[in-house]
Amino acid sequence: MQRGYRMTDLKTTPLAQLHRTLGGKMVPFAGWEMPVQFPMGVMQEHLHTRAHAGLFDVSHMAQLRLEGANRVEALERLMPVNVAELKPGRQRYGLLTAADGGILDDLMFANMGDWIYVVVNAARADHDIPHIQSATSVEVLDRALIALQGPKAEDALAALNDAVRDMRFMDARVMPLIDGDCIVTRSGYTGEDGFEISVPKAEAVAVVEALLEQEGVAPIGLGARDSLRLEAGLCLYGNDIDETTTPVEGGLIWAMQKRRREQGGFPGADVIQRQLAEGTTRQRVGLQPEGRAPVRAGTTLHAVENGPVIGTVTSGTFGPSVGGPVAMGYVETSQAQPGTMLYAHLRGKYVAIRVATLPFVQQTYKR
Amino acid sequence: MTVKYTEEHEWLKQDGDEVIVGITEHAQAQLGDLVFVELPEPGIKVAKDDEIVVIESVKAASDIMAPLDGEVTAVNEKIVETPSLVNEDPLEEGWFFRMTLDDPSEFDDLMDEQAYKAFIG
Repeated sequence: MQRGYRMTDLKTTPLAQLHRTLGGKMVPFAGWEMPVQFPMGVMQEHLHTRAHAGLFDVSHMAQLRLEGANRVEALERLMPVNVAELKPGRQRYGLLTAADGGILDDLMFANMGDWIYVVVNAARADHDIPHIQSATSVEVLDRALIALQGPKAEDALAALNDAVRDMRFMDARVMPLIDGDCIVTRSGYTGEDGFEISVPKAEAVAVVEALLEQEGVAPIGLGARDSLRLEAGLCLYGNDIDETTTPVEGGLIWAMQKRRREQGGFPGADVIQRQLAEGTTRQRVGLQPEGRAPVRAGTTLHAVENGPVIGTVTSGTFGPSVGGPVAMGYVETSQAQPGTMLYAHLRGKYVAIRVATLPFVQQTYKR
Repeated sequence: MTVKYTEEHEWLKQDGDEVIVGITEHAQAQLGDLVFVELPEPGIKVAKDDEIVVIESVKAASDIMAPLDGEVTAVNEKIVETPSLVNEDPLEEGWFFRMTLDDPSEFDDLMDEQAYKAFIG
């Protein structure tokens, strides 16, 4: 449990009552009361999502509508990302950077034609909204957001609107599922094919109940969301990337398209361009402990037993689909080659841990 | 067999000169799916509240403490191989270790089932 929150201070999503009815165990998360698990349990919820379909409440994330005439230039001034050439109906991963090249947040944005749809992390919303507002006008959308992930996601969502079958990975469309307009993107944060669906608040419970009636769909909590994203090699902001890590160190060069890398014009461009040319002293890597013990965030890494610290684990848990512990963290660049054997200092012992290629599980996006 | 309980959510079952120790149904439900168990070496002397077992659930690591002073006589290797046994059958197949007690009268001072049920509310 995170300290510093009383349940009564927490914000609730339109689905909170439904989570309770479904037996969800509610915990504080980034100022919100969210289900960490349902009666199935984290392990089975994780495996169910990869085998069938998992339904997640991610309404705690902030949804923004940018419709100012300067919205494209404004976002390009804040992110090392190509906003201008993202076609209508397409979504992209983005990063807000600071003047020193650190990452202020990661986000998803989509070109909806005459406006841009942005989804930012719950824990960073209070920072991001004024930050983006300083560059262009921002409307905060008071809507529910759900993720439907896994091999049965398409069939389940198609039962509400068959048009989703025509979408491919990172497509974004507005369509009704019951009555009101929903913003549907074919994306997610589990490594599985699936959708994120922005729903008018008043329809949220009805949409979720309709999806839960479909074959193979089960409610999934934040616990399984974390192990799913870690197996998929995806960063958790605040753990794996933050203001002290740059996109180059974080292995997110792919998120900065060529024009932006070459031309700059975003916060921290000098640092990031220098790192692109000269390399960095540390790198984010996948880590696979040799034994069965999970190696958690904060554990130090060493090239030799009793040697100096050469890195730190930033996320670590048991990967139910991998069938063993999985982790990621930062190591000195000289130790970052996949296959490199390192030692994690765990409860006074040095435990073998190998640098691994990310992701740990094959992504099944519908490209 | 008499069964007693600790405030750390362990159960102790008297079996001849030894007690068998495990965690309660309430504890396994709170911990969630166990994925890793590290047990002590049989033969070690332990003092009450020594952290002698490490368990990891999908969520977090926890320690299981020696419930009383004594000596560990045997451990359940099956739960090292299959940690989920603790979730599935915490009171029988999912036992952790057996120990002798330095002062067997301390066993009698632990909570009985009724007191433990009141303790967990």
